[in-house]
Amino acid sequence: MRVTQGTFSFLPDLTDEQIEAQIRYALGQGWAVGIEYTDDPHPRNAYWEMFNLPQFDLEPGEAAVPMREVRACRERFSDHYIKVTAYDARHTKQTTALSFIVNRPADEPGFRLDRRDERDRTMRYTLHPHAADDPVGRRYGRDDRRWPSGGSS
Amino acid sequence: MSPASDGNGRKDRWSAGVTPYAEMGYYNPDYDPRDSDILAAFRITPQPGVDPTEAAAAVAGESSTATWTVVWTDRLTDHAYYQAKCYSVEPVPGADDQYIAKIAYGIDLFEEGSIANMTSSIIGNVFGFKALRALRLEDLRIPPQFVKTFQGPPHGIVMEREYLDKYGRPLLGATVKPKLGLSAKNYGRVVFEALRGGLDFTKDDENINSQPFMRWRDRYLYAIEGVNRASAATGEVKGHYMNVTAATMEEMYERAEFAKELGSVIIMMDLTVGYTAMTSMSRWARRNGLILHLHRAGHATFTRQKYHGVSFRVIAKWCRLLGVDHIHAGTVVGKLEGDPNMIRGYYDVCREDVIPQNPEHGIYFDQHWASMPGVMPVASGGIHAGQMHQLLRYLGEDSILQFGGGTIGHPMGIGAGATANRVAVEAIIQARNEGRDYFHEGPDILERAARGCPELDAALQVWRDVTFEFESTDTPDYVATPTPTTVR
Repeated sequence: MRVTQGTFSFLPDLTDEQIEAQIRYALGQGWAVGIEYTDDPHPRNAYWEMFNLPQFDLEPGEAAVPMREVRACRERFSDHYIKVTAYDARHTKQTTALSFIVNRPADEPGFRLDRRDERDRTMRYTLHPHAADDPVGRRYGRDDRRWPSGGSS
Repeated sequence: MSPASDGNGRKDRWSAGVTPYAEMGYYNPDYDPRDSDILAAFRITPQPGVDPTEAAAAVAGESSTATWTVVWTDRLTDHAYYQAKCYSVEPVPGADDQYIAKIAYGIDLFEEGSIANMTSSIIGNVFGFKALRALRLEDLRIPPQFVKTFQGPPHGIVMEREYLDKYGRPLLGATVKPKLGLSAKNYGRVVFEALRGGLDFTKDDENINSQPFMRWRDRYLYAIEGVNRASAATGEVKGHYMNVTAATMEEMYERAEFAKELGSVIIMMDLTVGYTAMTSMSRWARRNGLILHLHRAGHATFTRQKYHGVSFRVIAKWCRLLGVDHIHAGTVVGKLEGDPNMIRGYYDVCREDVIPQNPEHGIYFDQHWASMPGVMPVASGGIHAGQMHQLLRYLGEDSILQFGGGTIGHPMGIGAGATANRVAVEAIIQARNEGRDYFHEGPDILERAARGCPELDAALQVWRDVTFEFESTDTPDYVATPTPTTVR
């Protein structure tokens, strides 16, 4: 399966040039650009690990700077999901303005849907990422323990 | 306070009998509205021979303190304080029988947090007035002092996007079709296929409540199975708007509680349930963490005609105050009525924090929302993937595009229809962000995206040339109205 979180997951994987063009747009909007990674793709996993702090105050002409971070993150966490986020700090927004996946594991085993029968034909559903059966950092076929990987679920 | 408005200088002000409204203080061209006043712009069409100023004063009078004759009990009150004042009457350019009357209402005339009360005053009695041929409430300025008596949307655009983890593009939905007749199991199939194919939401239609062919509880059970299966297949948060509209408030709560118990992220209701019921559901939705969608069923009976009724921009303001997370607000390019400038005005009313007066968009007053969260406007009715560049241009990113027939009618199936829509929106957003002139190059961008996506290709083949070009019945008065094909 293909996890289709993020803005461009239904398109062919973006090239580095295309990723940089999106970063340039975000910087042009005055947004801060951040990079996050995880090996827990549960849709309710709100807190992916931050790869350094978001980068504020860059000009559109400096899109290569976050792009270098993307490459560095990919090198370290090649078997993880990695996303670029753009944050709009303006009043009444103050939230993410754009978010798209720029790296994903070669093999995405997806999710198991657990059902538990409850009363009167109702069902309790639980979404379980197959990868989460393994410990953090060892979920997508590669041992990433040599890198500090945070403590997510 | 001007001398004319308190009646002291006029010896006949208090004599029993009929005194023209204008002479009782309901017309006062010198009145300088307070910051806290609620301001209304009415389009009035007086009967032949009726003085427009008197007609406007009558509207002010009957929508505030007055009745048809002088009553001495006015003198037990600070009547000049409570009476609404028409402070401006101007002819409408190009229509010699119509006038725009601006009326100021003191904030004490209204109960805090009650749209029912505000509507009972402002549109309660006056629309049937014999002295008027027609009357339309065009716009309201709701001052921050009154805005702050409401909490607004249960979640708002920001919270909804964070809840769904979806940013930077319009959300996509589809209304299950046919709207009536499907069994619960067949209905859930449409939900599942459309969500797995790439949509974020599916939706009950406004008139699917609990009929003999499918009762609400069965529908909810199968729909939530579809939602969860789709979520597992994609790793995304998905939702189905479960319509809780019912005959009584008790039944609406029962249905909403069941939707919550099933883990639905969203419920919906119809405008037909009324302002009080909508406000109650809004509070329920905030308390229980469900997004609240509003279908504006019935609105066009009173919003569509330019000369009589209530403009949709006023309905949108009331609904933002009483608190919904989504509201249908027109498509420009679809099958339902909508002039591009007017729709732009509605969308601004839903989403922006400060909306400056703008006659071109039908906005008569500055409106400050005092940081009240925005409502996600929903475009629905006769739209398809081939229009994606137009939809983004006219409606913007913070919107929900609902392709009912444009998903379910896809020749390769429902899932394919959903995929076509999702690929189209992502391709147009990508191109826009890359700095391309996506509006004019839209067809080319979509064609290119379709080369790698047979689902989009098929959608473009079937629907590319489908447009609904009819003249709008409601247009702004101040500028020539560009049509969708000529706007640059």
